[in-house]
Amino acid sequence: MEAVNLLSSNRYTEKQIGYLFISVLVNSNSELIRLINNAIKNDLASRNPTFMGLALHCIANVGSREMAEAFAGEIPKILVAGDTMDSVKQSAALCLLRLYRTSPDLVPMGDWTSRVVHLLNDQHLGVVTAATSLITTLAQKNPEEFKTSVSLAVSRLSRIVTSASTDLQDYTYYFVPAPWLSVKLLRLLQCYPPPEDPAVRGRLTECLETILNKAQEPPKSKKVQHSNAKNAVLFEAISLIIHHDSEPNLLVRACNQLGQFLQHRETNLRYLALESMCTLASSEFSHEAVKTHIETVINALKTERDVSVRQRAVDLLYAMCDRSNAQQIVAEMLNYLETADYSIREEIVLKVAILAEKYAVDYTWYVDTILNLIRIAGDYVSEEVWYRVIQIVINRDDVQGYAAKTVFEALQAPACHENLVKVGGYILGEFGNLIAGDPRSSPLIQFNLLHSKFHLCSVPTRALLLSTYIKFVNLFPEIKTTIQDVLRSDSQLKNADVELQQRAVEYLRLSTIASTDILATVLEEMPPFPERESSILAKLKKKKGPGTVTDLEEIKRERSSDMNGSAEPACATDGSTPSPSADLLGLSAAPVTNPAPPSSTNGSLLVDVFSDTAPAVAPLAPGSDDNFASPDLASSEVVSEEPADTVHDADELFHKFVCKNNGVLFENQLLQIGLKSEFRQNLGRMFIFYGNKTSTQFLNFTPTVICSDDLQPSLNLQTKPVDPTVDGGAQVQQVVNIECVSDFMEAPVLNIQFRYGGTFQNLSVKLPITLNKFFQPTEMSSQDFFQRWKQLSNPKQEVQNIFKAKHPMDAEITKAKIIGFGSALLEEVDPNPANFVGAGIIHTKTTQIGCLLRLEPNLQAQMYRLTLRTSKEAVSQRLCELLSEQF
Amino acid sequence: MSVLLPIWFFSERDLFETQRLRLMLFFFPLLSIQQMQFMLLFSRQGKLRLQKWYVPLSDKEKKKITRELVQTVLARKPKMCSFLEWRDLKIVYKRYASLYFCCAIEDQDNELITLEIIHRYVELLDKYFGSVCELDIIFNFEKAYFILDEFLLGGEVQETSKKNVLKAIEQADLLQESQNEDWGGLSEDIL
Repeated sequence: MEAVNLLSSNRYTEKQIGYLFISVLVNSNSELIRLINNAIKNDLASRNPTFMGLALHCIANVGSREMAEAFAGEIPKILVAGDTMDSVKQSAALCLLRLYRTSPDLVPMGDWTSRVVHLLNDQHLGVVTAATSLITTLAQKNPEEFKTSVSLAVSRLSRIVTSASTDLQDYTYYFVPAPWLSVKLLRLLQCYPPPEDPAVRGRLTECLETILNKAQEPPKSKKVQHSNAKNAVLFEAISLIIHHDSEPNLLVRACNQLGQFLQHRETNLRYLALESMCTLASSEFSHEAVKTHIETVINALKTERDVSVRQRAVDLLYAMCDRSNAQQIVAEMLNYLETADYSIREEIVLKVAILAEKYAVDYTWYVDTILNLIRIAGDYVSEEVWYRVIQIVINRDDVQGYAAKTVFEALQAPACHENLVKVGGYILGEFGNLIAGDPRSSPLIQFNLLHSKFHLCSVPTRALLLSTYIKFVNLFPEIKTTIQDVLRSDSQLKNADVELQQRAVEYLRLSTIASTDILATVLEEMPPFPERESSILAKLKKKKGPGTVTDLEEIKRERSSDMNGSAEPACATDGSTPSPSADLLGLSAAPVTNPAPPSSTNGSLLVDVFSDTAPAVAPLAPGSDDNFASPDLASSEVVSEEPADTVHDADELFHKFVCKNNGVLFENQLLQIGLKSEFRQNLGRMFIFYGNKTSTQFLNFTPTVICSDDLQPSLNLQTKPVDPTVDGGAQVQQVVNIECVSDFMEAPVLNIQFRYGGTFQNLSVKLPITLNKFFQPTEMSSQDFFQRWKQLSNPKQEVQNIFKAKHPMDAEITKAKIIGFGSALLEEVDPNPANFVGAGIIHTKTTQIGCLLRLEPNLQAQMYRLTLRTSKEAVSQRLCELLSEQF
Repeated sequence: MSVLLPIWFFSERDLFETQRLRLMLFFFPLLSIQQMQFMLLFSRQGKLRLQKWYVPLSDKEKKKITRELVQTVLARKPKMCSFLEWRDLKIVYKRYASLYFCCAIEDQDNELITLEIIHRYVELLDKYFGSVCELDIIFNFEKAYFILDEFLLGGEVQETSKKNVLKAIEQADLLQESQNEDWGGLSEDIL
């Protein structure tokens, strides 16, 4: 409060201290802000440049939304007024920039924008420096409006780079003319593609060449500041060259320049050169040029003393890798891995695994590489990596025998990593028979080898090994008794771990009771996995993304849901990757989901086998209707589950959302689900709000968005995981990112499972993501409309529906609905004013589909006739269905 | 069981919220704002001497960041490079005598020019205080802040000319001194 009083003082000292106090100590949300704003307003109006400067600095330092509300209109005026002092202009420009970053919606665009662009021509270089920052940020968001800045920036830059080092007086920094301004101008130019005007383009190329030439000149000073400033401009110029990616000549020159830096004695320059080259490697023009530096980069990996530089070298090797040098790069990375810093090992492991897979000409090389990887850095080999190697081995017949032989040999080592045991166990369990012919790897030897590792392994690995053993029973009947003995031993049958115990008991029974036929069917070889994006790549992407580095727990959660496509435990039959517990059979998840129950009698026998040992499935709850209405049931432990495929009957609510984006989607006694969504072109985002209406916590709260197989290729949905507990009375939010790839019919289903009290709740509702959400309205004249209408006269393009009105026939409501549907409502197109006509374009990633529609009401009959014409039959059909439900 | 539901939908606040969401949704992914995030000055003993934040953060976050960064930077050896990746930011730092100057910039930012921002700031302090030392900054921290504000505003370089920056500070000082004389008379009255 005292500080606020100081602000209104006329004394400079008091004012200054007041401002300092506020800038340092008051954070954006403080209550005092309103009082402070008043004092600032007075100072801004004071016309005293020092006071104005103080006030502007204060606004920029605090930069809160309240500040923006109060001053965002005022500052542009100060900025472009003719009589404002240069120093005030500078402060005003940056102050406005800060407000624009905090609250872009509050800064009004207007006449001032064009005048701001002309500040690039200002005589005062300080003003240009400050204005360039502002223009860059504004241009990023409104590229069209600031297009003229390109030619101005180019001419300014050209004047700077060609000036003699003394021309710019105090703006020359250690013989480099205006380095800060040059960097900012080059950055501004990176907001735009290469200039179209050949004259401007020529001038820019000249500038860039001059900058590259200067790098070759002998330094004008020995000071590090001189070279730093010069190279700062150079690196920014190279960024621009890479951004434009259109001048092969410049790209190659840039690459050669960076090549020189790779061996520079300054660590900083080596670091930056490696970093910059990474982006150059992705340009087709310079990829080959980058590759010529491979030896230097490998050398950097071996000799650099700073881990951050080595990390850059790894990145660059990864970026420059292609089929021609993959073997060399992978070998070098593996070498480096032995001595690499712990902090970057996991990343290197992922990179090696990806490169090995991507550029594998020969899959034996791939298998060797991954096994090496496990040998060298087993602890850093995440599940994805060894899941992936198994996927590949299973999908490729030609490598299975080799893989079995190699893992068998690798397992001979006295101490081997647990991950190797897992891979070994899995592969021998599947393909051990391929090497059993060799007496050195006979079934018994294989079994003994694996079993010798058994006791040193963790529970999940032991569980996996038990599955391998039962697979051996099928593959090698001759060692059945040996295996049964092992399963029967007390350490298995009476193991303290439930999972191990259950497996031992079940497998033992299975091997004694079932006939060889049944065994052969149950323990069949795994079917090939469907091809999909490498899970490792997905992980690396995620690892590189912001924010994921700290939250390991979250990564893990995402991992498991990623692996299986849903949060449910995967069964052997539907899992596209081995499930986290590496369950070969899926027995522990659900005993009845076997791929093909041999026959009905055998089937029941199978159930018998399990039912007397493991009552895994709890009885189903009697009725599904009262699941939600029975808090009394809460105490009793009942699993109530609706059949997964019945979608909750909420069709009516679903149709409500066809013409609107926000509202309540579902509500019962326990839970309310609200939606808010936004769509633009083929993209959208939906916010789902889950409200707990009870006073009790929901536990294990897992909402899953499910796309049917038909829907999956057409609609990309990405969901963020939500917190598994929802407190009583609380609300959690989930974001779904939506991308429409092609037109689609069905709606995705939102499945929600949670535990309320003692009951397990499971419900599904259709998520109202419908094709019409990707509509962009199109205005057109009557003539245009009918011309297009005639063009779409093919009977397949038209769909018509005549239906009875479900709601009162009100013209205004109908209009609102058509607009809500997404198409433009065209007035005065139809000769009959009672009819409604609309037009729009459906945006999907692959195509755009023009749609025309006409709705003819018949008041007497209380009927409508709806006609849709689009270029695609399925689209006409779907839109007609959706819209017919609305009236 | 009756629980009052909060009003989630269609309130006025909600409309505002939607607008904000829309802005976030459609502008945020396209945006790569480049700017300096913050600047810290700390001693070899890890004592913070000056801090300037250009992005809104809570005090708790600021403390956490400072603690982590001071540790990371102090642990580095002299010959190592001046840049390091930290969280999703890049840290540019340089040591002058007993003080570390440390700036956080974003991924696409220019590291070398940031290094020279630090150097120019040190030059400004040096010129103003006449061979600056850590004590100058401790006892005249307000001057250090004023100089920084003249040079950098909102995380962007405002004025690179040494002369212009110092001229602005000297003018302010003059104003201060002439008023201090008035103060003399005034305080006598009070006494």
